[in-house]
Amino acid sequence: MATLDDKHKSYGMGMHTEQLKGRSLSTFFSVDEESSNFTYPDAFQVDIDKKTELDVKDMEATEINLKVRALMKEGYGHIVIKNPLAKHSLCVGILNRLKLEFEGSLGYFGCGLIDGPNITVKGRVGWSCAENMMSGTLVVEKNAGSTFGAAIRGGDLVCKGDVGSRTGIDQKGGTIIVGGNTGAFSGFMMQRGRMIVLGDAGINLGDSMYDGTIFIGGKIASCGVDAVPGEMTDIEAQWMERKLALYGMKAPNGVSKMQKIVAGKQLWNYDNLEPHEKKIVL
Amino acid sequence: MSDKNDIDQFLNSDGLDTAREQEIGQHIGYRYDVNLVPDLDRLTPYLKEYMTVMGWQDLNWLEDVHLGYEEGRAAVFDRNINGWVQVPDSIALPDNQQDRDMIARELLLKFQMSERHPLIQLKKAYKKF
Repeated sequence: MATLDDKHKSYGMGMHTEQLKGRSLSTFFSVDEESSNFTYPDAFQVDIDKKTELDVKDMEATEINLKVRALMKEGYGHIVIKNPLAKHSLCVGILNRLKLEFEGSLGYFGCGLIDGPNITVKGRVGWSCAENMMSGTLVVEKNAGSTFGAAIRGGDLVCKGDVGSRTGIDQKGGTIIVGGNTGAFSGFMMQRGRMIVLGDAGINLGDSMYDGTIFIGGKIASCGVDAVPGEMTDIEAQWMERKLALYGMKAPNGVSKMQKIVAGKQLWNYDNLEPHEKKIVL
Repeated sequence: MSDKNDIDQFLNSDGLDTAREQEIGQHIGYRYDVNLVPDLDRLTPYLKEYMTVMGWQDLNWLEDVHLGYEEGRAAVFDRNINGWVQVPDSIALPDNQQDRDMIARELLLKFQMSERHPLIQLKKAYKKF
């Protein structure tokens, strides 16, 4: 193990002389003086009880997204999209409080980058649904494709059916709930957040996960590198039961029987290991 | 997260426990338990009202917000500016992480919803549509 003398290579690299402190940006902000605003200052002021329907059968994705934005600007807080016809990239980038319903299925990259809306999809969704989701809820009544919730950072993403492979790849927060089975490499490179799968999980579950928690109700084909079993706490069991109930779901054999997978955290020091050491550890 | 149970570990020390951390002068891993799920019995009135406004029955994205520590001070990470918001000295820190997390959530919300949030200025400068 290296010692802390001034001949170590880290000194030559400036790691001890180059200060990382003192680079903070000061922004003056008083907790008491700010108004109690619950939405972003530039968000559209919508009324959740003000409802409208939008038939998108003959519209392109860009046109649809702009129309949804225009409706929010008019104060509509409840929008029903009819005939989405599995079109790609629908309703991306909604940074607003909104109730949104799709009467049909979505194609690739549906509802990506959302921050705030509560969305229901009555059909299926294609690849990368809710990619980079920040907050809100999205419930898919049927099945979902691969990379469901890729790079999600917050909010609840629910699929009541089965999902494809790499669910929650690069997950950085939020909760992904799968009512059925999930494919291979689910939770790949997961950094934080929670994933609940009531059915089975494919091979290499949680491969290279850095942190976060995965709960599996069925069988696990295999765990990936640095994914190890963990012990469920009481507060986690209560949290999971409550969270599933929010979406009318229940663990088939009870939440206490679910398997918990966490990071072994052997990768935390990966930059300190030689390649042959990594093989030994993992 | 360190295995130490001292809640003030990162307030009272630099958190550099291992030889490797001392070598690089930086703590490895998060400075708080990112996997700690919230205890909803400890919600503040402000957070309850926020949940009602947003139509959520739990904390949603705020479940991932915890009180952390930066430069020896209590702080909460704001993902929208990729920086830390320090907790003012006027706010007394509770003796448990669950209550500290609730303070962090409320502070972060008020900051993000403020007209003085840096994102407002950035949007004015760079917003495309």
